[in-house]
Amino acid sequence: MARSASSRQSAISSRQSAVKKAEKTPLSLDRLIHERLRLGIVSALAVNDRLTFNELKRLLQTTDGNLSVHARKLEEAAYIACDKTFESRMPRTEYRLTATGRRAFDKYLAHMEAIIAAAKQ
Amino acid sequence: MSAAAVPPSLHDHAADHLRFIRDTMARAADFTAVPGWGGVWMGITALVTAAAAGPPRDTPAWVGIWLADAGVAVALGLGAMVRKARRAGVSLTGAPARRFALAFVPPLMAGAVLTGVFVRDHLSTRLPGCWLLLYGAAVTSGGAFSVRLVPVMGICFMALGVLAFVSPVSTGSLFMAAGFGALQIGFGLIIARKYGG
Repeated sequence: MARSASSRQSAISSRQSAVKKAEKTPLSLDRLIHERLRLGIVSALAVNDRLTFNELKRLLQTTDGNLSVHARKLEEAAYIACDKTFESRMPRTEYRLTATGRRAFDKYLAHMEAIIAAAKQ
Repeated sequence: MSAAAVPPSLHDHAADHLRFIRDTMARAADFTAVPGWGGVWMGITALVTAAAAGPPRDTPAWVGIWLADAGVAVALGLGAMVRKARRAGVSLTGAPARRFALAFVPPLMAGAVLTGVFVRDHLSTRLPGCWLLLYGAAVTSGGAFSVRLVPVMGICFMALGVLAFVSPVSTGSLFMAAGFGALQIGFGLIIARKYGG
């Protein structure tokens, strides 16, 4: 019991530290989103309420393992949420963008646009 | 140091990332479960119907045989779409499918209303132009949320519809066979080969 409480506490604190790490000042680059596949996941979810694991895999042309690893990182930072259900006895994993993830994505877009605007001046 | 060895600037990186985001968002919003093989079967039934119905006549029988074919085509198309979506693990209730349906259905509803009006006013012989034009409009507008080939198919249907309107009534069945038959089969085969079924 004590062990499960402590592991839950450590999971929460690791999630909080991941969120803090990701949500830095507006001008610092969000490394969590900056990685290509994670950026793809967040971009795809920004225009869809939710997408299944298979839809994301096909869209981003990646492997099960690769997608799992990167989706897990985004999930740990609370950028995306994952819902697991069963459809005709087959497991179905769906992802959606959270409010934190939406804010981080908007901030990242603003950052990229600011870099381009600065280069034009 | 050669030009190729110069690392790309921060600006180029940012532009590249924005391009990637735009492309991903555009692809993610596409509805990809458009049934290629379903289109082929729909085309085959249309060819059979065109042969059976003959040139357009202002009779309930001629309209009825084409409406029956439309019912069969809807069942074939929907069945193929569900199978393709299931195989690809694509949702038919997600935002891309909803956007596609919202753009695809209204021109078909307009077609249904106009069919009633044409039949009532004894203009049934002009229905081929009306059906091709409005089905083309449905495919073109739905295709805006799907793979690039779909709106091209819609425009071809619309062009055939216009030609059917300006051509003699007796050629109506040829336009029906060319559009709902040959065009549907041709594009269906390309979609099936390029987009997984």
